[in-house]
Amino acid sequence: METTVKTSRRDFLKLGLSAGGGLMLSFNWSDSVAALINSSNVAGAAPVEFNGYLSISPDDVITIFSPNPELGQNIKTSFPMVVAEELDADWKKVKVVQAALDVKKYDRQLTGGSGAVPHSWERLRKAGATARHMLVEAASKKWNTPVTALTTGNGFVLHPDGRRFTYGELATEAGALPVPAEVKLKDPKEFKLIGTAVPNVDNKEMVTGKPLYGLDFYREGMLHAMIQRPPSFGTKIKSVDATAAKNMPGIVDVVTFKNNVAIVGKSTWEIMKARKVVKVEYENAGTIESTTDHDKLFKELLDKPEATVRRKDGDVEAAFKSAATVIKREYQCPFLSHAPMEPMNFFAHVKADSVELIGPTQTPDRARMATAQLLGIAPEKVTVELTRLGGGFGRRLQADYVVEAAELSKLINGPVKVTWSREDDMMGGSYRPAVRYRFEAALDANGNLIGYKLRGVGINAGNSTREDNFPSGAVENLLIDSIDHQSPITTGAWRAPITNFLAFAEQAFLDEVAIAAKKDPVQFRLELLERAKQKPVGAIRYDIDRTKAVINLVAEKSGWGKKKNLAQGFSVYFSHRSYVAQVAEVELVNGNPVLKKIYAASDCGIVINQSGASQQVKGGIVDGLGHALYGQVTFKDGAAEQRNFNNYRLIRYNEVPQVEVHFVDNGIDPTGLGEPALPPTGGAVANAIFKATGKRLYNQPFTLQEEMKGVKLGQKM
Amino acid sequence: MAAYSISVNGEVKKIDVAADTPLLWVLRDTLGLVGTKYGCGIAQCGACTVHLNGTAVRSCSLPISAIGTSKITTIEGLSKTGDHPVQQAWQEVDVPQCGYCQAGQIMSAAALLAKNAKPTEEQIATAMNGNICRCGTYHRIKEAIVLASSKMK
Repeated sequence: METTVKTSRRDFLKLGLSAGGGLMLSFNWSDSVAALINSSNVAGAAPVEFNGYLSISPDDVITIFSPNPELGQNIKTSFPMVVAEELDADWKKVKVVQAALDVKKYDRQLTGGSGAVPHSWERLRKAGATARHMLVEAASKKWNTPVTALTTGNGFVLHPDGRRFTYGELATEAGALPVPAEVKLKDPKEFKLIGTAVPNVDNKEMVTGKPLYGLDFYREGMLHAMIQRPPSFGTKIKSVDATAAKNMPGIVDVVTFKNNVAIVGKSTWEIMKARKVVKVEYENAGTIESTTDHDKLFKELLDKPEATVRRKDGDVEAAFKSAATVIKREYQCPFLSHAPMEPMNFFAHVKADSVELIGPTQTPDRARMATAQLLGIAPEKVTVELTRLGGGFGRRLQADYVVEAAELSKLINGPVKVTWSREDDMMGGSYRPAVRYRFEAALDANGNLIGYKLRGVGINAGNSTREDNFPSGAVENLLIDSIDHQSPITTGAWRAPITNFLAFAEQAFLDEVAIAAKKDPVQFRLELLERAKQKPVGAIRYDIDRTKAVINLVAEKSGWGKKKNLAQGFSVYFSHRSYVAQVAEVELVNGNPVLKKIYAASDCGIVINQSGASQQVKGGIVDGLGHALYGQVTFKDGAAEQRNFNNYRLIRYNEVPQVEVHFVDNGIDPTGLGEPALPPTGGAVANAIFKATGKRLYNQPFTLQEEMKGVKLGQKM
Repeated sequence: MAAYSISVNGEVKKIDVAADTPLLWVLRDTLGLVGTKYGCGIAQCGACTVHLNGTAVRSCSLPISAIGTSKITTIEGLSKTGDHPVQQAWQEVDVPQCGYCQAGQIMSAAALLAKNAKPTEEQIATAMNGNICRCGTYHRIKEAIVLASSKMK
C-alpha cells in the first residue's frame, strides 16, 4: 500500500541562500518561519539542505540530522534509517549528525515515554520522500525524460537506458526546485533498509574511546565544580566553613547558593579532595522521613476510607458480597536510583548576552526554558548542544542539574562543568517512587472473575495506578483508586514510570487469581480478553487482538505448558503503545531455583532496526530483572542509605539468563521500545519462581525478601 | 604536587599532579584521554578499566604515585586504528547501547583474551563480572568475546 501525504502549510519549505553561496532549502516542521539549518558541523562542499533532517552535498555526502537525544535507545541510528529509506540513499554514504536543540525546526525534541518513533515516523518518511521527489525531478529536467520513466536506488537516480546521476550531482538543481505539494511514501513491502539489522552509527567512536558524552566535554579556560547538596531530604544549610577548602591546591572558589555549596577548581580530583574539608552544618527544614515511616504509612493509607477514584465500573461491593472466593494480596516496591553509568553533569557558560549549555539531557528544551526563567532572560538567548547520554532512565528528563550549572556559571562569571559524584547521584537526585498496592479479586463458584479492586499508595508517585490497563474492560465490577503522600524525597519518572513495578504486582496477582480459579494462567488471560472483546466494560484503551497475538506468540515459542523439569511463569503488559508478553523458565537444581531463560514476544508494529530492537528488548528485560532482584534505596532520617554500587546492587554479567526475542510482524506503524519490554519481566520471573518453589514473592527486591531466605537463586546465560 | 613520568599508550608523559591523584583523573583531566570513564570512583563498576602491564585494573582507585614504570594502555591505545579483534567484534555484534561502559568492558575483555585466547564461559564470566552495564548488553558482550576469541591469532 502506497501512501500519499499532503505537504501542509505547516510543512512549508523555505528557500534561501547559504553563507557559502549555495542554495539551501529548509523544511519547516513547525508553524514558525525557521532559521536555516546551521551546517557548520558538516564537512565538505556547501551542502544543500532539503529540510531539517537532511542535506546532500555536491560531493555526494548525505547528512541526516538526528534531533532527539541519544541515550542508548538507538534513535540516532533508527531515525536516520527511516529518512534514508524513503530517500533511497546508500546507507554507507550517510553521515549522521546529532542536531542541537532547535525548537523552530523540530517538534518534540526529547527522549521519554518511548514516544519518538510514533511521533516522528511520518515526518521522517516525508523528509526523505520529499527530497527524493525533488532529485528525480531535477534528473528529469536534465535528461528531458518524464519523471515517471525514472527510478531511484542506492543513492542514484536511474534512467531506463542505463545512465545515472548520483544524488550529489543533482543536489544543487534539486534544491532549487519548487517543493511538491504532496509526496508518495513507499509501500512498506518495498522497504530495503527498514527491517534490517543496522549497527549503531556511533559504534566506532564508542569502541575507540572518542569524546562523545557530556563528561567528555572540556574547553580551554573551563573550570570544574562539584556541589555539596544536603545529605538528608528535609534539611537546609545552617552554616558553611570553607576556609580550609579554599586554601587547597587548585581550588578557585567555594560558592554557596540556595542549599548548595559549590567547590570550584581546576581539576576534578582537586575539587573532590577539597570537598572533603568543607564543613557544612545542616538543620531541619521540613519533615524527616525514613523507610520505616513509609512502611507504617502505607498500611494506614491502604485502609483509608477515602481515595482518589481512578476508575469505577459496575457495583464492586455487591460483586464481592456475592463472591464464592475472594483473594486479597499486597505488593510493595522500594525507591530506586536511576543510576545511569554516566553521572549527572553539564557545562554552562553564562555570558553577558547569551547562555551556552552543553551536555547530556533528555529534554533540552526544558533545560533551556528553566535556565531562561532562572536567569530572567529570553529563551532565545540560550543554546543547548546535545552530547551523547551515558544512560538516562528518566533521570535526565529533569533540568535540576542543568539549571544548577547555569546558576553557578553566572555566580563565578565563567564557563564551568559541574560533575556529580556517584554518591551525589544516589543521595541527592530523584528516585523511582516507593509504592504499595492492594489487589482484591472476587471469583464466582465457577471461577469467573466478577470483581476486581486495586488501590495504589505511593510516596510522591502521583497516580500510582494505570486504571485503564488490562484487566480493566474485562471485569464487570471494578474499582481502582490511589492515594499519594507528599514527601520531601524527590521522585521522578524512572524507565517505564509506575508500570515498572505495577506490571509485576498485577501480573503476579493475576497468576494467583488464575490458580485460585483453577485455570491455566495463559488461558485465563485469553478468556478475559475474549470477554472484553465480546462484552466490553467501560473504555478499553489497549488493543485486544494485539494483546492476544503476543500472548499466543510467546506461548508458542516457549512451548508453554509442554516442558518437563522446567517451571514456567507468564506475564503480559501493554505500555507506551507497545505490547510485550514474556515467559520465564526456572529449573530446580539441588532444590534451588535457577533462572534459565526468558522468552519475549513484542509487538511494536514495524520493526525499524532488527539489531536495535532486539537489543532494546534484551536490555529492558535485563534491567527489569536486575531491579526486581536487587534494587532498592532505603532512607534513614531523610538520607539515602545506598550511595554507590557497593551497596546499590546492579545486575552483573553472571546474573543474566538467556533471552530469546520475537516480534509480531503485522505491518502496523511503529511504536517505541525503550520501555515496554521492562514491565513484564518481574511478573514472569516471580510466577516462575512460585511454580518451581511454591514461594510467592510480593515485594521487591526479591533477593532480600523473607521468602527467599535460604534460597539460592541462580541464573545462567 | 609532584612530577611524574608515566608511559601511556607507548608514549612517555610528564605530568605534575598530587601523589594521590587517581590515574583516571590524570588520563581525563591532564592528558585529555577521555575514553576511560568515571562511573563510581570506588572500583565497583569497571568503567575506568585500563591495562597496567597488560592486566586490567580500575584506574579510579590507582594513585599516580603507584604507577612507576608500569606501561599503561587505555582504550585509545588498544589499537592504532580501532581494529583490535575485540573492537572489531564489538562493532560486528553491535554491542553498545548508551555505550558509556563499553570502553571498560572492552579493556577487560582484551586483557582476558591476551592471556587466554580461548576462555571458557566461566572464565569469561569471572573476567567480566566487575564491569557493570546499566543498559544490560551482557548477552552481546558474551557474543562479542566469543567472536573476538575466534579472531585472535
